[in-house]
Amino acid sequence: MHEILIEEKILAKNGEIASENRSFFKERKIFAVNIVSSPGAGKTAIIEKTVPLIKDKVNLAVIEGDLATDLDARRLLKFGIPVKQITTGKACHLDAHNISHILPWVLEQKGVSLLIIENVGNMVCPAEYDLGESIRVVVMSVAEGDDKPLKYPAIFSSSDALLLNKIDLLGHTDFDIDKAKENALKINPYLKILETSCRTGEGINEWCAFLEGEMTGAEVKA
Amino acid sequence: MHELSITKSMLRIIAREMKSNGVKRLKKVHIKVGELTAVEPEALRFCFEESIRSTPMEGALLEIDDVPLTGRCKACGTEFRIEAFTNICPDCGGNEIERIAGTELDIISIEAV
Ligand SMILES: Nc1nc2c(ncn2[C@@H]2O[C@H](COP(=O)(O)OP(=O)(O)O)[C@@H](O)[C@H]2O)c(=O)[nH]1
Ligand SMILES: [Mg+2]
Ligand SMILES: [Zn+2]
Repeated sequence: MHEILIEEKILAKNGEIASENRSFFKERKIFAVNIVSSPGAGKTAIIEKTVPLIKDKVNLAVIEGDLATDLDARRLLKFGIPVKQITTGKACHLDAHNISHILPWVLEQKGVSLLIIENVGNMVCPAEYDLGESIRVVVMSVAEGDDKPLKYPAIFSSSDALLLNKIDLLGHTDFDIDKAKENALKINPYLKILETSCRTGEGINEWCAFLEGEMTGAEVKA
Repeated sequence: MHELSITKSMLRIIAREMKSNGVKRLKKVHIKVGELTAVEPEALRFCFEESIRSTPMEGALLEIDDVPLTGRCKACGTEFRIEAFTNICPDCGGNEIERIAGTELDIISIEAV
């Protein structure tokens, strides 16, 4: 009997590719945002609200991850920006390898400085898969439970920002927004929390300002 | 279910190690899964057992160490188990807590003949 010592991260390979993606983005001054949430929390709606506000200021491209359809990608085509669909089939998350395959396409779009990646709608699986993104943003709608951060701690602890979306519906639910924030900050004290509504547009300017601030911050660091 | 993709990554590492060590039959796999990972240990075990069926790895045991979320107080250095995500030092009440364990998803070793 041999005991063979390995001591390695099980997802080391994904981590390596993610690091390569990250260097690729850094060298080309591309800021990459990985947006994650449960299905229907409003990832695509947020991108739809974000694009018109910033597309004259930054050169952006969108990657749409989805199990099987290109419906979300189609929703974005009307803005005349480059959109690339990745269908993952059975895989419930994007991984670094998926993204590495799209990098040549990103280059073809010439001068992209902001790459928005909508991950597959899932609160669990994307947590473990680094894509090489600059920041990870988790979206949670007020139609979900305010205890969600406690139930899905990994995604909240690995994210940089939390968008509490659909705040227009607050009056119609028993969602306690202060409790939700408290829970999220318990999991991740460094989380930047923003409130948004894609229905009324509330908070979208603040979100875009945050995004632009992060992009500038990343440039200064580089 | 990402436990399946995690299992595949694990099996790739195991196959590489078995080959480079010239062993043929896998007996045991030892891994660590942190409390703050999005991995359900029992789902992982299920995927592992399904995936090794009818392969040279069939019958191997999967030993999973659950690693509790552990913090270290930046003020007084006390290390403690973080219960219910309460980031407060049980010794001095400090609230600047560094997380020192609980996010691992590591393969530690294998046994094979
Ligand atoms: N009331 C309300 N509905 C929203 C808001 N954001 C998204 N929705 C709706 O929620 C549904 C799911 O949104 P979608 O962007 O497709 O979610 P995704 O699966 O995370 O991409 C759609 O019917 C949206 O119109 C919001 O802020 N308020
Ligand atoms: Mg969507
Ligand atoms: Zn202390």
